[in-house]
Amino acid sequence: MNIILFKTAIALSIVLFILPKHIQYYFGLFLHFAITTISSIWAVNALISSSKLTLAFIPFLGNTLNIEIDQLSAFFILVVNFTSLTGIIYAKGYLEPYFSKKSKTEIAWHFFNFLWLHISMLLVVMLRDAAAFLIIWEIMSLSSFFLVIFESEKKETIKIGIKYLIQMHIGVVFLMVAFILAYVQTGAAFSFDGLAVYFASHNPFALFLLFFIGFGIKAGFIPLHSWLPHAHPAAPSHVSGVMSGVMIKMGIYGILRVLMYIDHDLFNIGLFILVISIITGLVGISLAIVQRDVKKLLAYSSIENIGIIGIGIGIGVIGLADNIAVLAVLGFGGSILHILNHSLFKSLLFYTAGSVYKQNHTRNIEQLGGLIKKMPKTALFFLLGALAISGLPPFNGFISEFFIYSAMFKSLHSASLFTDVILMFSFAGLAIIGGLALFCFTKVFSIIFLGNARSNKVEQATEVNTTMLIPDYLIGVMIILIGFAPILIMQPLKQIVAQFTNDTEAIQQITPTLNNISISSGIFIAIIGILWILRTLQQQKHSIKSNTTWACAYTGAKPALHQYTSASYANNYVQLSSKIVNIKKDFTDFDEEEIFPQKRSFETHSSDVFEDNLVSKPSNKLIFWFNKIAVFQTGKIQHYLLYALVFLAIIFLLTYFNLI
Amino acid sequence: MISFLLIIIAAIFFVGIIVKVKAKIAARKMPSILQPVYDVIRLFKKGAIYSTTTSIIFKAAPLVYFASVFLAIFFIPVGSQNAFLSFEGDFVFFAYLLGIGKFMMIIAAMDTGSGFEGMGANREALYSMLVEPAFFILAGSLALFTNNISFQDLFFHLNLDTDLSYIIGIAAIYVLMYIAMVENSRMPVDDPKTHLELTMVHEVMILDNSGFDLALTHIATWLKFSIYGSLISNFIIHSSWNWYWQVIAFFGIQFTFAVIVGMMEAFRARNKMEKNPQWIIMLSAISVVVFLTALIITQKLILN
Repeated sequence: MNIILFKTAIALSIVLFILPKHIQYYFGLFLHFAITTISSIWAVNALISSSKLTLAFIPFLGNTLNIEIDQLSAFFILVVNFTSLTGIIYAKGYLEPYFSKKSKTEIAWHFFNFLWLHISMLLVVMLRDAAAFLIIWEIMSLSSFFLVIFESEKKETIKIGIKYLIQMHIGVVFLMVAFILAYVQTGAAFSFDGLAVYFASHNPFALFLLFFIGFGIKAGFIPLHSWLPHAHPAAPSHVSGVMSGVMIKMGIYGILRVLMYIDHDLFNIGLFILVISIITGLVGISLAIVQRDVKKLLAYSSIENIGIIGIGIGIGVIGLADNIAVLAVLGFGGSILHILNHSLFKSLLFYTAGSVYKQNHTRNIEQLGGLIKKMPKTALFFLLGALAISGLPPFNGFISEFFIYSAMFKSLHSASLFTDVILMFSFAGLAIIGGLALFCFTKVFSIIFLGNARSNKVEQATEVNTTMLIPDYLIGVMIILIGFAPILIMQPLKQIVAQFTNDTEAIQQITPTLNNISISSGIFIAIIGILWILRTLQQQKHSIKSNTTWACAYTGAKPALHQYTSASYANNYVQLSSKIVNIKKDFTDFDEEEIFPQKRSFETHSSDVFEDNLVSKPSNKLIFWFNKIAVFQTGKIQHYLLYALVFLAIIFLLTYFNLI
Repeated sequence: MISFLLIIIAAIFFVGIIVKVKAKIAARKMPSILQPVYDVIRLFKKGAIYSTTTSIIFKAAPLVYFASVFLAIFFIPVGSQNAFLSFEGDFVFFAYLLGIGKFMMIIAAMDTGSGFEGMGANREALYSMLVEPAFFILAGSLALFTNNISFQDLFFHLNLDTDLSYIIGIAAIYVLMYIAMVENSRMPVDDPKTHLELTMVHEVMILDNSGFDLALTHIATWLKFSIYGSLISNFIIHSSWNWYWQVIAFFGIQFTFAVIVGMMEAFRARNKMEKNPQWIIMLSAISVVVFLTALIITQKLILN
C-alpha cells in the first residue's frame, strides 16, 4: 500500500510543470510531506522492529528492484527527511523575490529538482543494486546541479555549476569502476551485497580506495573537496542547507555501507581514513577562518565537520581491527551522531546566513555588522548554531565530540603502542579543530551581528518573516533536545552501531555519563538563571547608565571604521598557518624617493592550496597542450584532405615494411 | 562538597597572596591579603554603564563565563575528597565548559565595537585554541597511565612512586601551571598590570564591563587559579594521607603556587606578543613527553 503511495508521489512530481505559479510551491510542499511521511514510517518501523525491511519497488532490467531499509538506511532517511522538509519550508520566504523574476517553468523546474534531490537521496540509501544505485546517484548529482545554477543568469554561477558537474562525474566513474571490478573478479551479484564476496577473498584496500575516492568527492574530504566551497555560495540558501546538511553525507553513507562488507585487513583502512580526516578537519577549518564570504566560510566548515565524522569512522575501524570494542562502538556512534548533529546546525547556519543575505544583499561579512539589533531572532539562531558547531556544551555538537573523545580516552590503556600514538594525534587534532572552530565562529558571529554597521547595506535590514523562522525554531528545538537529553537517542543509535560491531555494551556504559552531562547542563543553566536574577535585583538599587564604548578617552573615533574586521581578526592565525591558507597581498610598497605618497589600495586574497595544485594547475596544463594540438584545426578543407592523405601514406608504408 | 568549599576558600586568598608577594618584592607597602575581595565587594555596590553599541550578548556573557568557571569547580576532587560531580570523561566536559565561557567573553568583547577589545578577543581566541592540545594530551597521558577517565578516579589511582613517574608528576605540574597562566592571561603571556591597552589580552577584553559584571569576571579569575592549583595539588597529595595532612598540604600547595605566580610576575618580563604562540605550543610538546613517559611506564614502549 505504502509503496504505491510512494510511487504515486514520485510520479506526481511531473504535475508541477502544469500548475500555475502560485500553487507550485504548495504542491511541492505537499509532495515533500507525503514522501517524508511514507519513508519515515518505513524508517521508524525498521528501527522499532530492529530488522531489515524489504519492499518490491519497480521492475528493473528484467528483475524486480527491491527497496531495502536496514537501520543505517533508516537513520539516513530520517536525517534526509528532516533537513529537506526544513529546506522546503524555508524556500518559500527565500525565493519570494525570485517569483516575479523567474518564469513559471523555471520555478517549477527548481521545485521539481528540489523534490528529486529529496527523492534521490532517499533512494540512494534504500537501493542495493549497483546499477540502480549508480543511476539514482547520478540523478542526485544532476538535480543538485540544476539547483546550484538556479541563478543561471549569472555567468559565474554557470561556471561553478559546470565545475561541480564535472567533479561529480569523476566521482561516479570511480564508483562505477569499483563496482564493475568487484563484479568481474567474483561474478557475484552486481550490487552492494556482491561486494561481500569480493572482500572475503581479496585484500580490500585497493577496492576500498576506489570507493573512498568516489564517495569522498561527494563528501568533500580534502583533497577531493574543491567543488564544495564554490557550489555552496552559488546555490540558494535552502539548497546549500540541504546540500551541506545531508547531500554531502551521502558520501559518508557510501563509505559506511562499503565498510560493512569488509571484515579483515581493517587496520590500514582505518588508519587511512583517520589520517585523511584529521587533515580534512584541520585544513578545512583553517581555510574557513580566512573567508569573507559567509557561505564559503560555512562550506569550509562543512569540510571540517566531514573531517570530524571521518575521525569517528577511522577510530571505529581501527577499533574493529584491534578488537577494542569501546573504540569501535563509540567511534562509529560518535560519527553517526555527528552526521545528525551536523545536518542540524549546518542547515540552521545556512538558513540564517541566507536570511542575512536576503535582507542585506551581500554575503561579504566585511560589509555587515550590528545586525543583532535589526534581526535579533536570526542572530540568536545563528549564535545557537555557532555554539553547537563549535562543540560546546550544553548543545548537541558537544555530545558527538564527547563520544569520539570518550572512545579514544577509554581505549588508550588497552591499545597497542602504535594505536596509542595514533590516538594521541587524533585527540590532539580534535582538540585543535575544536579550538579553531571556536576561533572561526566567534569571528563570523561577531563580524556579522555585533559591533557597528560596517557599510550602508545594513541600514535597511529588518527581521525576516515568520515562515523563514519556522525551520530555525524546528532545528533549534532539536539542537537543544539532543544537547540536554542525549539519552533519548541512545536506543536507535545502539541499533545502528550494532550493524558494524556486535558488542554494543559501551553504549549502555555511557548512559550514566550522559545522564550526568544532562544534570551538569541543567545546573549550568540554573546558575546562569540565578545570576541573572541576582544582577537584576542588584541593578534595581543602583543607577544604570549607557554611554559610548570606552575608547581610552579619545572621542574622535569613528565607531564603524575603528573596530576589528574579519581580516584583522583572522590575521594572527593567518601568520601561523600561512602555508595552508595561502594569503596573497596586492600592495605596492612605498618607494624611498616618494616624498608625497600616492593614493594606494591594499587587498588580500586567500586561495586554497589543494585546489590550486591539484585542480587548477593540472587542468591549465591540459588546456595548454590542447591549445597546441589545436593548430591542426585550421578550418581549411585542403588541410583536412591532406591529413587523410598523410594518414593513408603512413598506413601504406607501415604495412609495406611489415611494421603492422 | 568539601573539596568544593576548599577550592572556594583557596580562591578567596589566591590573588591577594599574588599581590602581596609582588608588593613585597617591589618594596612597596603591602596591601591586605583581602584587598581583591574588598575591591569586588565595592564593585557589587556600584551601578553599571553599558555601551550603546552593545546588545544582549554583552549582558549575558559575564554570567555565562562565571557560571562555566563555577560549574567547573564541581568536577575537581581534592585529595581523598570526592568531586561534587564526577563521570567518565568529565575532563572533556570541563575543557569544553570553560570553552563556552570563553566563547561568550570573546563575542562580548567584539560586541562593544571597540578596536582594543577586538584585539584582546582575538588574542584570547588564538591562545586558548593553542593551549587546548596540551591539556588533552596531558589528560590522555594520565588516562593511559591509570586506565581511568574522570578527574576523580584519575587522581585517586595516580601513584607517583617510581623514578619515571616523577617525570610525569613534575612535567604535568609544570604544564598545568602554565596552562593556568595562559587561561588567566597572566605572565609570561600577558601582563595584567600593563597600562598600554595595545599589549593586553584579558584586561582589554573587559574594558567596558563595570559593576556586577566586572566583579563576576574578577571572581572567575580567582576561581580559575584555584581550580588549577587544586589540580596541581592532586599530583602531590596522596589519598592515603590523613585528612588534616591533606588539608594542610592543599593550602600549602595553593599558597606556594600563588607565591610562584607573584614572584614570576615581579621578576619576569612578558613574552613578545608574536612569540606567544610558539611558547604555548611548547606546552603541548612537554605534554607529549609526559605521554611518552606514560607509554614507557605501561611497558608499551620498551627501551633497552
